[in-house]
Amino acid sequence: MSIGLTLLGLLEGGSRHGYDLKRAYDDRFGQNRSLAYGQVYSTLSRLLRDGLVAVDGVESGEGPERKRYSITPEGVEALERWLSTSEKPVADLHNTLFTKVVLAVLSGRDAHQVLDAQRRAHMDVMRDLTRRKSKADPTAQLVHDFSLFHLEADLRWLELAVSRLEQLTKEIAP
Amino acid sequence: MTLDASPDHREDAEPVLAGSDLHLSFGPTPALRGASLSVGAGETVAVTGSSGSGKSTLLHCLAGILMPESGQVRYGDHDITALPDKQRSALRRTDFGFVFQFGQLVPELTVDENVALPLRLAGVGHKEARRRAAHWMERLEVTGIADHRPGEISGGQGQRTAVARALVADPVVVFADEPTGALDSLAGEQVMTLLSDVAEESTTAVVLVTHEPRVAAYADREVVIRDGSTQREQEPVR
Ligand SMILES: Nc1ncnc2c1ncn2[C@@H]1O[C@H](COP(=O)(O)OP(=O)(O)OP(=O)(O)O)[C@@H](O)[C@H]1O
Ligand SMILES: [Mg+2]
Repeated sequence: MSIGLTLLGLLEGGSRHGYDLKRAYDDRFGQNRSLAYGQVYSTLSRLLRDGLVAVDGVESGEGPERKRYSITPEGVEALERWLSTSEKPVADLHNTLFTKVVLAVLSGRDAHQVLDAQRRAHMDVMRDLTRRKSKADPTAQLVHDFSLFHLEADLRWLELAVSRLEQLTKEIAP
Repeated sequence: MTLDASPDHREDAEPVLAGSDLHLSFGPTPALRGASLSVGAGETVAVTGSSGSGKSTLLHCLAGILMPESGQVRYGDHDITALPDKQRSALRRTDFGFVFQFGQLVPELTVDENVALPLRLAGVGHKEARRRAAHWMERLEVTGIADHRPGEISGGQGQRTAVARALVADPVVVFADEPTGALDSLAGEQVMTLLSDVAEESTTAVVLVTHEPRVAAYADREVVIRDGSTQREQEPVR
Protein backbone atom coordinates (compact mmCIF):
# COMPACT_ATOMS: atom_id res chain seq x y z
CA MET A 1 0.00 0.00 0.00
CA SER A 2 1.20 3.46 -0.75
CA ILE A 3 2.48 5.26 2.33
CA GLY A 4 2.91 8.48 0.37
CA LEU A 5 -0.74 8.61 -0.65
CA THR A 6 -1.85 7.74 2.86
CA LEU A 7 0.21 10.62 4.22
CA LEU A 8 -1.38 12.90 1.65
CA GLY A 9 -4.78 11.78 2.92
CA LEU A 10 -3.79 12.64 6.47
CA LEU A 11 -2.48 16.06 5.36
CA GLU A 12 -5.70 16.96 3.62
CA GLY A 13 -7.30 17.96 6.91
CA GLY A 14 -4.55 20.49 7.66
CA SER A 15 -0.80 20.92 7.67
CA ARG A 16 1.28 18.88 10.12
CA HIS A 17 4.80 18.28 11.30
CA GLY A 18 6.50 15.07 10.31
CA TYR A 19 6.35 13.53 13.80
CA ASP A 20 2.71 14.49 14.11
CA LEU A 21 2.04 12.79 10.80
CA LYS A 22 3.76 9.64 11.96
CA ARG A 23 1.62 9.55 15.10
CA ALA A 24 -1.57 10.03 13.11
CA TYR A 25 -0.53 7.25 10.74
CA ASP A 26 0.27 4.83 13.56
CA ASP A 27 -3.03 5.56 15.33
CA ARG A 28 -5.13 4.94 12.26
CA PHE A 29 -3.21 2.43 10.20
CA GLY A 30 -0.44 1.06 12.37
CA GLN A 31 -2.30 -2.14 13.39
CA ASN A 32 0.31 -4.31 11.75
CA ARG A 33 3.40 -2.14 12.03
CA SER A 34 4.12 1.46 12.81
CA LEU A 35 6.08 3.78 10.53
CA ALA A 36 9.74 4.45 11.13
CA TYR A 37 10.71 8.10 11.35
CA GLY A 38 13.16 7.65 8.51
CA GLN A 39 10.37 6.31 6.33
CA VAL A 40 8.20 9.34 7.08
CA TYR A 41 10.89 11.82 6.16
CA SER A 42 12.06 10.03 3.03
CA THR A 43 8.45 9.77 1.85
CA LEU A 44 7.82 13.43 2.60
CA SER A 45 10.90 14.53 0.67
CA ARG A 46 9.75 12.47 -2.31
CA LEU A 47 6.27 14.06 -2.12
CA LEU A 48 7.97 17.46 -1.89
CA ARG A 49 10.12 16.75 -4.95
CA ASP A 50 7.00 15.70 -6.90
CA GLY A 51 5.15 18.85 -5.87
CA LEU A 52 2.44 16.95 -3.97
CA VAL A 53 3.25 18.61 -0.65
CA ALA A 54 4.76 21.99 0.22
CA VAL A 55 6.62 23.23 3.26
CA ASP A 56 4.33 25.60 5.09
CA GLY A 57 6.76 26.96 7.53
CA VAL A 58 9.98 26.09 9.30
CA GLU A 59 10.40 26.61 13.01
CA SER A 60 13.72 27.73 14.36
CA GLY A 61 16.18 24.94 14.96
CA GLU A 62 17.70 22.21 12.88
CA GLY A 63 16.45 19.10 11.14
CA PRO A 64 13.48 17.98 9.09
CA GLU A 65 11.19 17.63 12.11
CA ARG A 66 10.94 21.44 12.27
CA LYS A 67 9.09 21.64 8.98
CA ARG A 68 5.34 21.87 8.61
CA TYR A 69 3.99 20.14 5.54
CA SER A 70 0.77 20.85 3.67
CA ILE A 71 -0.88 19.18 0.72
CA THR A 72 -0.78 20.98 -2.67
CA PRO A 73 -3.63 21.03 -5.24
CA GLU A 74 -1.60 18.46 -7.21
CA GLY A 75 -1.43 16.39 -4.06
CA VAL A 76 -5.20 16.52 -3.64
CA GLU A 77 -5.57 15.49 -7.27
CA ALA A 78 -3.21 12.53 -6.82
CA LEU A 79 -5.09 11.50 -3.67
CA GLU A 80 -8.45 11.67 -5.43
CA ARG A 81 -7.16 9.65 -8.35
CA TRP A 82 -5.88 6.96 -5.99
CA LEU A 83 -9.08 6.80 -3.93
CA SER A 84 -11.27 6.45 -7.02
CA THR A 85 -9.10 3.77 -8.64
CA SER A 86 -10.07 0.24 -7.63
CA GLU A 87 -7.41 -2.20 -6.55
CA LYS A 88 -6.50 -5.06 -8.81
CA PRO A 89 -8.23 -8.18 -7.48
CA VAL A 90 -5.47 -10.61 -6.67
CA ALA A 91 -6.40 -14.15 -7.51
CA ASP A 92 -4.69 -16.00 -4.71
CA LEU A 93 -5.21 -19.57 -5.79
CA HIS A 94 -3.54 -20.95 -2.76
CA ASN A 95 -0.95 -22.55 -4.91
CA THR A 96 0.74 -24.39 -2.10
CA LEU A 97 -2.47 -25.91 -0.88
CA PHE A 98 -3.53 -26.92 -4.35
CA THR A 99 -0.16 -28.57 -4.88
CA LYS A 100 -0.42 -30.44 -1.57
CA VAL A 101 -3.90 -31.75 -2.39
CA VAL A 102 -2.91 -32.93 -5.85
CA LEU A 103 0.27 -34.52 -4.52
CA ALA A 104 -1.64 -36.29 -1.77
CA VAL A 105 -4.08 -37.74 -4.31
CA LEU A 106 -1.31 -38.66 -6.75
CA SER A 107 0.63 -40.47 -4.05
CA GLY A 108 -2.42 -42.34 -2.81
CA ARG A 109 -2.48 -40.49 0.52
CA ASP A 110 -5.64 -39.18 2.14
CA ALA A 111 -6.19 -35.69 0.77
CA HIS A 112 -9.04 -35.23 3.26
CA GLN A 113 -6.40 -34.96 5.94
CA VAL A 114 -4.66 -32.12 4.15
CA LEU A 115 -7.93 -30.24 3.73
CA ASP A 116 -9.24 -30.96 7.23
CA ALA A 117 -6.00 -29.86 8.86
CA GLN A 118 -6.06 -26.66 6.86
CA ARG A 119 -9.67 -26.04 7.83
CA ARG A 120 -8.78 -26.37 11.49
CA ALA A 121 -5.88 -23.97 11.11
CA HIS A 122 -8.09 -21.44 9.36
CA MET A 123 -10.86 -21.81 11.94
CA ASP A 124 -8.38 -21.30 14.79
CA VAL A 125 -7.29 -18.01 13.28
CA MET A 126 -10.87 -16.97 12.58
CA ARG A 127 -11.95 -17.72 16.16
CA ASP A 128 -9.06 -15.67 17.46
CA LEU A 129 -9.88 -12.75 15.16
CA THR A 130 -13.55 -12.93 16.14
CA ARG A 131 -12.66 -12.78 19.83
CA ARG A 132 -10.32 -9.85 19.30
CA LYS A 133 -12.87 -8.12 17.11
CA SER A 134 -15.45 -8.14 19.87
CA LYS A 135 -13.17 -6.00 22.02
CA ALA A 136 -11.84 -3.78 19.25
CA ASP A 137 -12.74 -0.23 18.25
CA PRO A 138 -14.61 0.29 14.95
CA THR A 139 -11.46 0.93 12.90
CA ALA A 140 -9.78 -2.25 14.06
CA GLN A 141 -13.05 -4.12 13.61
CA LEU A 142 -13.06 -3.21 9.94
CA VAL A 143 -9.53 -4.52 9.56
CA HIS A 144 -10.45 -7.79 11.31
CA ASP A 145 -13.57 -8.08 9.16
CA PHE A 146 -11.46 -7.84 6.04
CA SER A 147 -9.26 -10.71 7.22
CA LEU A 148 -12.27 -12.75 8.30
CA PHE A 149 -13.98 -12.45 4.93
CA HIS A 150 -10.80 -13.46 3.15
CA LEU A 151 -10.23 -16.45 5.39
CA GLU A 152 -13.83 -17.41 4.83
CA ALA A 153 -13.26 -17.32 1.08
CA ASP A 154 -10.35 -19.72 1.55
CA LEU A 155 -12.56 -22.00 3.62
CA ARG A 156 -15.25 -22.02 0.98
CA TRP A 157 -12.65 -23.11 -1.50
CA LEU A 158 -11.55 -25.83 0.93
CA GLU A 159 -15.14 -27.03 1.30
CA LEU A 160 -15.58 -27.20 -2.42
CA ALA A 161 -12.29 -29.04 -2.74
CA VAL A 162 -13.56 -31.62 -0.23
CA SER A 163 -16.73 -32.08 -2.29
CA ARG A 164 -14.70 -32.48 -5.47
CA LEU A 165 -12.15 -34.82 -4.00
CA GLU A 166 -13.82 -37.96 -5.26
CA GLN A 167 -13.99 -36.57 -8.76
CA LEU A 168 -10.41 -35.39 -8.58
CA THR A 169 -9.23 -38.75 -7.29
CA LYS A 170 -10.95 -40.55 -10.18
CA GLU A 171 -9.20 -38.28 -12.60
CA ILE A 172 -5.65 -38.25 -11.33
CA ALA A 173 -5.11 -41.06 -8.80
CA PRO A 174 -2.51 -43.64 -9.80
CA MET B 1 -16.23 -43.40 24.43
CA THR B 2 -14.71 -40.56 22.47
CA LEU B 3 -17.13 -37.75 21.82
CA ASP B 4 -14.66 -35.49 20.20
CA ALA B 5 -11.14 -34.52 20.96
CA SER B 6 -10.41 -31.05 19.76
CA PRO B 7 -7.69 -29.35 21.77
CA ASP B 8 -9.96 -26.67 23.27
CA HIS B 9 -12.33 -29.21 24.66
CA ARG B 10 -12.06 -29.64 28.40
CA GLU B 11 -12.17 -33.37 28.80
CA ASP B 12 -12.59 -33.07 32.56
CA ALA B 13 -15.65 -30.80 32.46
CA GLU B 14 -18.85 -32.79 32.53
CA PRO B 15 -20.83 -32.04 29.36
CA VAL B 16 -24.36 -30.74 29.79
CA LEU B 17 -25.53 -32.67 26.77
CA ALA B 18 -23.79 -35.53 24.98
CA GLY B 19 -25.01 -37.44 21.97
CA SER B 20 -22.95 -40.44 21.03
CA ASP B 21 -22.82 -42.68 18.00
CA LEU B 22 -26.21 -41.62 16.68
CA HIS B 23 -27.73 -43.41 13.71
CA LEU B 24 -30.91 -42.49 11.87
CA SER B 25 -32.31 -43.27 8.43
CA PHE B 26 -35.25 -41.80 6.60
CA GLY B 27 -36.43 -44.80 4.62
CA PRO B 28 -33.45 -46.03 2.64
CA THR B 29 -31.53 -42.76 3.14
CA PRO B 30 -29.10 -42.85 6.04
CA ALA B 31 -29.03 -39.32 7.46
CA LEU B 32 -26.87 -40.03 10.50
CA ARG B 33 -24.36 -42.83 10.67
CA GLY B 34 -22.27 -42.45 13.74
CA ALA B 35 -22.62 -38.84 14.81
CA SER B 36 -21.39 -37.67 18.22
CA LEU B 37 -21.38 -34.29 19.84
CA SER B 38 -21.14 -32.97 23.37
CA VAL B 39 -21.48 -29.47 24.74
CA GLY B 40 -20.61 -28.03 28.15
CA ALA B 41 -22.17 -25.24 30.20
CA GLY B 42 -21.34 -21.85 28.73
CA GLU B 43 -19.87 -23.50 25.69
CA THR B 44 -20.87 -22.90 22.08
CA VAL B 45 -20.26 -25.70 19.59
CA ALA B 46 -20.64 -25.08 15.87
CA VAL B 47 -21.89 -27.92 13.68
CA THR B 48 -20.79 -27.43 10.09
CA GLY B 49 -20.87 -29.52 6.95
CA SER B 50 -22.25 -29.42 3.45
CA SER B 51 -25.94 -29.30 2.59
CA GLY B 52 -27.64 -32.61 3.33
CA SER B 53 -24.76 -33.86 5.51
CA GLY B 54 -27.09 -34.30 8.50
CA LYS B 55 -26.65 -31.12 10.56
CA SER B 56 -30.34 -30.45 11.19
CA THR B 57 -31.02 -34.14 11.79
CA LEU B 58 -28.25 -34.27 14.40
CA LEU B 59 -29.62 -31.16 16.08
CA HIS B 60 -33.12 -32.62 16.20
CA CYS B 61 -31.84 -35.86 17.71
CA LEU B 62 -29.86 -33.99 20.36
CA ALA B 63 -32.93 -31.94 21.21
CA GLY B 64 -35.18 -34.98 21.52
CA ILE B 65 -37.32 -33.96 18.56
CA LEU B 66 -36.25 -36.92 16.44
CA MET B 67 -35.53 -40.33 17.85
CA PRO B 68 -32.31 -41.96 16.65
CA GLU B 69 -32.39 -45.67 15.77
CA SER B 70 -29.30 -46.25 17.86
CA GLY B 71 -26.97 -44.30 20.06
CA GLN B 72 -27.85 -42.25 23.10
CA VAL B 73 -28.25 -38.64 24.15
CA ARG B 74 -27.29 -37.97 27.73
CA TYR B 75 -28.72 -34.91 29.43
CA GLY B 76 -28.02 -34.71 33.13
CA ASP B 77 -29.08 -38.08 34.55
CA HIS B 78 -31.30 -38.95 31.62
CA ASP B 79 -30.87 -40.68 28.32
CA ILE B 80 -33.26 -38.51 26.34
CA THR B 81 -33.84 -41.26 23.80
CA ALA B 82 -35.17 -43.53 26.55
CA LEU B 83 -37.63 -41.04 28.05
CA PRO B 84 -41.36 -41.41 27.46
CA ASP B 85 -42.76 -38.91 24.93
CA LYS B 86 -44.51 -36.84 27.53
CA GLN B 87 -41.45 -36.36 29.68
CA ARG B 88 -39.33 -35.63 26.66
CA SER B 89 -41.58 -32.84 25.44
CA ALA B 90 -41.81 -31.42 28.95
CA LEU B 91 -38.02 -31.33 29.10
CA ARG B 92 -37.87 -29.57 25.75
CA ARG B 93 -40.24 -26.91 27.01
CA THR B 94 -38.51 -26.24 30.28
CA ASP B 95 -34.82 -26.69 29.48
CA PHE B 96 -34.27 -26.11 25.77
CA GLY B 97 -34.57 -23.12 23.47
CA PHE B 98 -34.89 -23.48 19.71
CA VAL B 99 -34.18 -21.48 16.61
CA PHE B 100 -35.34 -23.63 13.71
CA GLN B 101 -34.09 -23.43 10.16
CA PHE B 102 -37.55 -23.16 8.62
CA GLY B 103 -41.00 -21.76 9.43
CA GLN B 104 -41.07 -21.49 13.15
CA LEU B 105 -43.13 -18.51 14.23
CA VAL B 106 -46.79 -19.10 14.86
CA PRO B 107 -48.47 -17.15 12.05
CA GLU B 108 -51.59 -16.28 14.07
CA LEU B 109 -49.61 -14.72 16.91
CA THR B 110 -47.97 -11.29 16.95
CA VAL B 111 -44.22 -10.93 17.39
CA ASP B 112 -44.47 -10.26 21.13
CA GLU B 113 -46.88 -13.16 21.61
CA ASN B 114 -44.50 -15.42 19.71
CA VAL B 115 -41.59 -14.36 21.89
CA ALA B 116 -43.61 -14.86 25.09
CA LEU B 117 -44.97 -18.23 23.98
CA PRO B 118 -42.39 -20.50 25.67
CA LEU B 119 -43.07 -18.72 28.97
CA ARG B 120 -46.83 -19.00 28.60
CA LEU B 121 -46.45 -22.72 27.83
CA ALA B 122 -44.34 -23.07 30.96
CA GLY B 123 -47.16 -21.55 32.99
CA VAL B 124 -45.69 -18.08 33.54
CA GLY B 125 -48.37 -15.44 34.09
CA HIS B 126 -49.36 -13.10 31.29
CA LYS B 127 -47.88 -9.93 32.77
CA GLU B 128 -44.57 -11.49 33.79
CA ALA B 129 -44.26 -13.22 30.39
CA ARG B 130 -44.80 -9.91 28.60
CA ARG B 131 -42.20 -8.21 30.75
CA ARG B 132 -39.57 -10.86 30.08
CA ALA B 133 -40.44 -10.98 26.38
CA ALA B 134 -40.03 -7.20 26.18
CA HIS B 135 -36.49 -7.49 27.53
CA TRP B 136 -35.42 -9.94 24.82
CA MET B 137 -37.24 -8.08 22.09
CA GLU B 138 -35.27 -5.01 23.11
CA ARG B 139 -31.98 -6.91 22.92
CA LEU B 140 -32.85 -8.25 19.48
CA GLU B 141 -34.20 -4.93 18.27
CA VAL B 142 -37.66 -6.14 17.32
CA THR B 143 -39.57 -3.99 19.80
CA GLY B 144 -40.77 -1.74 16.97
CA ILE B 145 -42.62 -4.62 15.30
CA ALA B 146 -44.07 -6.12 18.50
CA ASP B 147 -47.65 -6.14 17.26
CA HIS B 148 -46.92 -7.35 13.72
CA ARG B 149 -47.68 -10.89 12.66
CA PRO B 150 -44.98 -13.10 11.07
CA GLY B 151 -46.54 -12.50 7.64
CA GLU B 152 -45.90 -8.78 8.02
CA ILE B 153 -42.20 -8.76 8.90
CA SER B 154 -38.98 -9.35 6.94
CA GLY B 155 -37.06 -12.63 6.98
CA GLY B 156 -34.34 -11.11 9.11
CA GLN B 157 -36.83 -9.69 11.61
CA GLY B 158 -38.46 -13.10 11.79
CA GLN B 159 -35.12 -14.68 12.56
CA ARG B 160 -34.35 -12.19 15.30
CA THR B 161 -37.80 -12.76 16.75
CA ALA B 162 -37.06 -16.48 16.77
CA VAL B 163 -33.78 -15.89 18.61
CA ALA B 164 -35.59 -13.77 21.21
CA ARG B 165 -38.11 -16.57 21.66
CA ALA B 166 -35.35 -19.17 22.03
CA LEU B 167 -33.73 -17.19 24.84
CA VAL B 168 -36.77 -15.89 26.68
CA ALA B 169 -37.14 -18.76 29.16
CA ASP B 170 -33.44 -18.88 30.20
CA PRO B 171 -32.85 -22.30 28.66
CA VAL B 172 -30.04 -24.62 29.73
CA VAL B 173 -29.31 -25.51 26.11
CA VAL B 174 -30.05 -23.44 23.02
CA PHE B 175 -30.30 -25.20 19.67
CA ALA B 176 -29.90 -22.80 16.79
CA ASP B 177 -30.20 -24.03 13.21
CA GLU B 178 -28.78 -21.40 10.84
CA PRO B 179 -29.85 -18.52 13.10
CA THR B 180 -28.21 -15.98 10.79
CA GLY B 181 -29.29 -17.49 7.49
CA ALA B 182 -31.60 -14.62 6.55
CA LEU B 183 -29.44 -11.86 7.99
CA ASP B 184 -26.90 -9.57 6.35
CA SER B 185 -23.36 -9.48 7.74
CA LEU B 186 -23.91 -6.79 10.35
CA ALA B 187 -27.23 -8.15 11.62
CA GLY B 188 -25.70 -11.64 11.70
CA GLU B 189 -22.82 -10.30 13.73
CA GLN B 190 -25.23 -8.69 16.20
CA VAL B 191 -27.16 -11.92 16.69
CA MET B 192 -23.98 -13.96 17.12
CA THR B 193 -22.49 -11.46 19.55
CA LEU B 194 -25.68 -11.63 21.56
CA LEU B 195 -25.73 -15.45 21.55
CA SER B 196 -22.09 -15.62 22.69
CA ASP B 197 -22.73 -13.03 25.39
CA VAL B 198 -25.72 -14.99 26.65
CA ALA B 199 -23.74 -18.22 26.65
CA GLU B 200 -21.04 -16.55 28.69
CA GLU B 201 -23.27 -14.59 31.08
CA SER B 202 -25.67 -17.37 31.95
CA THR B 203 -23.59 -20.49 31.23
CA THR B 204 -26.05 -21.52 28.57
CA ALA B 205 -24.81 -24.28 26.26
CA VAL B 206 -25.31 -23.49 22.59
CA VAL B 207 -25.41 -25.94 19.69
CA LEU B 208 -25.11 -23.84 16.58
CA VAL B 209 -25.67 -25.19 13.08
CA THR B 210 -24.24 -23.02 10.34
CA HIS B 211 -22.64 -23.27 6.94
CA GLU B 212 -20.93 -19.90 7.33
CA PRO B 213 -17.36 -20.05 8.64
CA ARG B 214 -17.59 -16.50 9.97
CA VAL B 215 -20.57 -17.55 12.08
CA ALA B 216 -18.89 -20.79 13.19
CA ALA B 217 -15.94 -18.67 14.35
CA TYR B 218 -18.07 -17.35 17.22
CA ALA B 219 -18.21 -20.86 18.67
CA ASP B 220 -15.60 -22.28 21.02
CA ARG B 221 -15.07 -25.23 18.73
CA GLU B 222 -16.31 -26.79 15.55
CA VAL B 223 -17.65 -30.25 14.81
CA VAL B 224 -17.65 -31.09 11.12
CA ILE B 225 -20.20 -33.58 9.85
CA ARG B 226 -19.73 -35.41 6.57
CA ASP B 227 -22.26 -37.90 5.18
CA GLY B 228 -23.89 -38.28 8.56
CA SER B 229 -20.70 -38.88 10.51
CA THR B 230 -18.96 -36.37 12.72
CA GLN B 231 -15.29 -36.13 11.89
CA ARG B 232 -12.81 -37.20 14.50
CA GLU B 233 -9.81 -35.06 15.18
CA GLN B 234 -6.94 -36.30 13.05
CA GLU B 235 -3.22 -36.11 13.44
CA PRO B 236 -1.74 -33.09 11.72
CA VAL B 237 -0.30 -33.86 8.31
CA ARG B 238 3.43 -34.13 8.20
N1 LIG C 1 -38.04 -35.70 7.27
C1 LIG C 1 -37.21 -36.25 6.38
N2 LIG C 1 -37.65 -37.23 5.56
C2 LIG C 1 -36.81 -37.80 4.67
N3 LIG C 1 -35.52 -37.48 4.52
C3 LIG C 1 -35.03 -36.50 5.30
C4 LIG C 1 -35.84 -35.83 6.26
N4 LIG C 1 -35.08 -34.91 6.89
C5 LIG C 1 -33.85 -34.99 6.33
N5 LIG C 1 -33.81 -35.94 5.39
C6 LIG C 1 -32.61 -36.36 4.61
O1 LIG C 1 -31.55 -36.57 5.53
C7 LIG C 1 -30.31 -36.04 5.06
C8 LIG C 1 -29.78 -35.02 6.03
O2 LIG C 1 -30.67 -33.90 6.09
P1 LIG C 1 -30.45 -32.66 7.02
O3 LIG C 1 -31.66 -31.82 6.97
O4 LIG C 1 -30.01 -33.14 8.36
O5 LIG C 1 -29.22 -31.92 6.31
P2 LIG C 1 -28.50 -30.54 6.67
O6 LIG C 1 -27.07 -30.85 6.89
O7 LIG C 1 -29.24 -29.85 7.74
O8 LIG C 1 -28.64 -29.75 5.29
P3 LIG C 1 -28.88 -28.18 5.00
O9 LIG C 1 -27.53 -27.54 5.14
O10 LIG C 1 -29.31 -28.17 3.58
O11 LIG C 1 -29.91 -27.67 5.94
C9 LIG C 1 -30.62 -35.50 3.67
O12 LIG C 1 -30.28 -36.48 2.74
C10 LIG C 1 -32.11 -35.26 3.71
O13 LIG C 1 -32.66 -35.39 2.42
MG1 LIG D 1 -30.41 -28.12 7.82
